[in-house]
Amino acid sequence: MMEITLQHYLILSTVLFVIGLIGVMRRKNLLLLFFATEILLNAVNIAFAAISSYYGDMTGQMFAFFIIAIAASEVAVGLGLLVLWYKRTGKIDLDTMTSMKG
Amino acid sequence: MEAIAFYTFAILTTVMFLITVLTNHALYALSALAAGMIFISAFFFMLGADFLGAIQIIVYTGAVMALYAFGMMFFDTTRTVVESRTSPQIIFGLSGVAALTIVAIFVAPIISGNITALYPAIDGVGNSQMVGMVLFTKYLIPFEVAAIMLLVAMIAGIVLAGKKMDQSLTLMKDEVECETKEKENV
Repeated sequence: MMEITLQHYLILSTVLFVIGLIGVMRRKNLLLLFFATEILLNAVNIAFAAISSYYGDMTGQMFAFFIIAIAASEVAVGLGLLVLWYKRTGKIDLDTMTSMKG
Repeated sequence: MEAIAFYTFAILTTVMFLITVLTNHALYALSALAAGMIFISAFFFMLGADFLGAIQIIVYTGAVMALYAFGMMFFDTTRTVVESRTSPQIIFGLSGVAALTIVAIFVAPIISGNITALYPAIDGVGNSQMVGMVLFTKYLIPFEVAAIMLLVAMIAGIVLAGKKMDQSLTLMKDEVECETKEKENV
């Protein structure tokens, strides 16, 4: 078997990122849109950890930690807003959120 | 051996995330996403980032997915999700951005061939210890800022979701309307 290089991990990260982007483009349900953003964040985390490992540097892992912290707080605030919106309107579709008539 | 593990987990992760993106059931999407998160932690263990792998399992699968699971109890998740099509202009633009991102990702290591480690890993020091040494010396201020950010997010979550939990907001009139009606009654 061939050796696993940095390129392998970067290609995998790109594939997962593209899957996340497909989800962001496809979804209208806001909860499932959140799932797609989680996929995006995880794909970037893999790239950070791989570069950190192959260059023997800790910076990549540090940034991955901060990305996880940001994802956690994003979920807390986003889900709180989503619950509030659902209790008000009964829908979590992106198309219904046009209360600001521009 | 590493190649077998890499390809196995790569295929598993890709399939799980594809299910998350393409399924029409919210519960399937949630379960597949949780499984994908655990499979991703395997990559971190393979890369020698043990602490990051443990954090991935604890925070993502333990905290974030549990939060989504509890949040989904508020929503009607049994019905299938109907996705309406977006306009082709938006899809065209986002696909272009995705293609440019791919090019940037593959060109970046070639450009930065002369990269040097800013905080190189020391031999004989474990990963968790190394993470602690770097995190609490070089990245202390970002660490504290992240702590404050998580505190703010926790308070925001409690205030947004927990306030007026016992009342149905759909039956409740807008506060402005109520105030004007009260004034009219007076």
